[in-house]
Amino acid sequence: MDIIVCLLLFIGLFFFTGGAVGILRFPDFYSRLHPAGKLDTLGSLLAMTGLALFNLHYFSLGALLTSLKIILILVFVFLASPTATHAIVDAGVRAGLAPWTKGEDRR
Amino acid sequence: MMDNVFLYSGLYLAFLMTLSLYRALVGPTVVDRMIGVNAIGSKTAVLLILIGLIYHRVEMFVDIALAYAMLNFIAVLAASRYFQKRKGLYD
Repeated sequence: MDIIVCLLLFIGLFFFTGGAVGILRFPDFYSRLHPAGKLDTLGSLLAMTGLALFNLHYFSLGALLTSLKIILILVFVFLASPTATHAIVDAGVRAGLAPWTKGEDRR
Repeated sequence: MMDNVFLYSGLYLAFLMTLSLYRALVGPTVVDRMIGVNAIGSKTAVLLILIGLIYHRVEMFVDIALAYAMLNFIAVLAASRYFQKRKGLYD
């Protein structure tokens, strides 16, 4: 059981690493939203699934309720994170931010 | 054993949050800073559950994590509605 929890947690941290590096290294605003929107959602899914599994290690009704709350956070993140990403990109488009094209320097 | 795993995972997550904080500090536009803030917030929800598991009080910290996720969503949504104008984009 602990091995599955560690595996899920480490894969989630790996996706978080990809998201952080992508936010740092992509050349412009629109391409930076790509790792920020998706890799953080998937990393949260994997890490929180692992933590909810670990919480069920000593089974009781309270532990089951806590694990269900962690799953509730997951469902909320899955609804909220793409919505927040879309709101940010909408703000960028309405502000008239021009996309990066090949040959320009990084912004 | 698992306490140490959670402790070092939390430390690594805090290190990743400092990497995202760079984008929130020096991002050239306001919306770039909002990307950094959103990334830090979604990592914080995981970090709060990790802290709860380290302190063996996860039934309390899971409520804080849920409230923090909701608050982060509302904050990003309100800030993106506020900054959708050209003026002040590069401040």
